[in-house]
Amino acid sequence: MSEAVLVSTTVNGDVVEFACPTDEVLLDSLRDRVGLTGVKEGCGTGDCGACSITLDGQLVCSCLVLGVEADGRDITTVEGLTEDGELHPLQQKFIDHAALQCGVCTPGFLVAAKALLDRNPNPTETEIRYALAGNLCRCTGYDKIVRAVQASAKELNKARR
Amino acid sequence: MRYESPATTKEAVALLSKEKGPAFVIAGGTDLLVRMKSGLVEPALLVDVKRIPAMTTIKVMQTGFRVGAAVSGAELGAHKALGKAWPGVVEATNLIGSDQIQGRCTMVGNLCNASPAADSVPALIAAGAKAAIVGKQGRRTAAVEKIITGPGSTSLAKGEVIEALTLPKSSRRTGDAYLRFTPRTEMDIAVVGVGISMTLERGIIKKARVCLGAVAPTPILVPAAADTIIGTKLDDAALAALAAACSDACDPIDDKRGTAAYRIRVAGVLARRVATIAFQRAGGAA
Ligand SMILES: Cc1cc2nc3c(=O)[nH]c(=O)nc-3n(C[C@H](O)[C@H](O)[C@H](O)COP(=O)(O)OP(=O)(O)OC[C@H]3O[C@@H](n4cnc5c(N)ncnc54)[C@H](O)[C@@H]3O)c2cc1C
Ligand code: FES
Ligand code: FES
Repeated sequence: MSEAVLVSTTVNGDVVEFACPTDEVLLDSLRDRVGLTGVKEGCGTGDCGACSITLDGQLVCSCLVLGVEADGRDITTVEGLTEDGELHPLQQKFIDHAALQCGVCTPGFLVAAKALLDRNPNPTETEIRYALAGNLCRCTGYDKIVRAVQASAKELNKARR
Repeated sequence: MRYESPATTKEAVALLSKEKGPAFVIAGGTDLLVRMKSGLVEPALLVDVKRIPAMTTIKVMQTGFRVGAAVSGAELGAHKALGKAWPGVVEATNLIGSDQIQGRCTMVGNLCNASPAADSVPALIAAGAKAAIVGKQGRRTAAVEKIITGPGSTSLAKGEVIEALTLPKSSRRTGDAYLRFTPRTEMDIAVVGVGISMTLERGIIKKARVCLGAVAPTPILVPAAADTIIGTKLDDAALAALAAACSDACDPIDDKRGTAAYRIRVAGVLARRVATIAFQRAGGAA
């Protein structure tokens, strides 16, 4: 048995506290202790990106972070993308472009795509494909996802102007 | 399992030295957590080094760069001066995994995991990087090529940690590069990796270091390959001799990613390409 440690961290702007076994990954803490089930487990080994979150602004796989490592850090999950109940343009464009089928990969794609657009508001198709190479989708064939990200970039840039 | 996140390297060393059971440093965790999940290791103690300031910073010094052991691939990639001085080292590190993995992975974790195919290691060895090691007995420095002793094993003693890697100062006449060959463009393990650095004097290669990855139990520094290009302007004869020397130095295995014969061939081909890039970066005329 692993001992539990009290972890205090900021998730989507709110401070949350939970007792976390030292060997528990952050993916499980977020789902089972914080109740945020947007983060998904596809592989548990860093290959699929379904568990993507940002940790202190950095895109990471939450299946390869320990819950205890999150103490005092700042986390954003897919639930943090909406503002006042409004879908983020990325979320809306994924729906408009039918960029999802089963949806298991979607939260990870959204978080990774947001990280890309925050850093590079005008990515080329190649840049989008490289930036999302750590996110696997078994349903869509990726094309609609790339189109949705391109459309979101356009809309976000229009709003900025 | 106990988890500690000390604020100094000294405390980290004390914790690791005192622990009787299996004790590990956790940096990015991208190798260690995968190994823990698959039951390959069962740590009694994890020492997280990401809250140690000496390990989380990149310092520009008179003598070159000092990169903290917990600096992630993403942070390394964002450091302009380092990218300008040692583009091969930065590119090699940025090849590791996806953007998600880059948010966590470190060069030192890549080194200490001691995979024969670790991408940053040939580039670091070619660049002449050194490891600043802290142990119970104090500090020591070792060349990066002295760290990996075999697949999964290193020359670090119990309780020893790498605090930082240092890279020498690079001049306008120094260039380095790293390329790997993988069946897929992204998210794959190198079949062959080649890192080369060189310094020119009046257009002629004065110094060079050539390191091969994934073609032997450890990354290998190949002085015989460097000798084939030193004193040349990297003409066709030099490139051919370089390719032959690199192929000769390989001692690879057959696996699902490539046969030994294939790896030997590819090592020569990649070495030519890498040398050409490094030569151009050093200001050499094609
Ligand atoms: C999806 C995926 C893709 C990957 N792709 C690649 C790839 O393309 N190329 C590649 O080379 N690797 C790849 N890797 C492997 C891994 O990401 C790299 O080896 C990475 O650099 C490890 O760094 P880390 O900081 O995460 O190491 P950790 O997992 O934190 O540590 C690895 C080992 O080093 C030890 N260690 C760490 N820091 C220190 C220190 N300061 N002092 C002493 N010991 C230390 C740890 O105890 C552990 O044994 C991949 C991994 C995943 C999950
Ligand atoms: S569940 Fe984390 S990468 Fe697949
Ligand atoms: S929509 Fe099913 S995995 Fe992507």
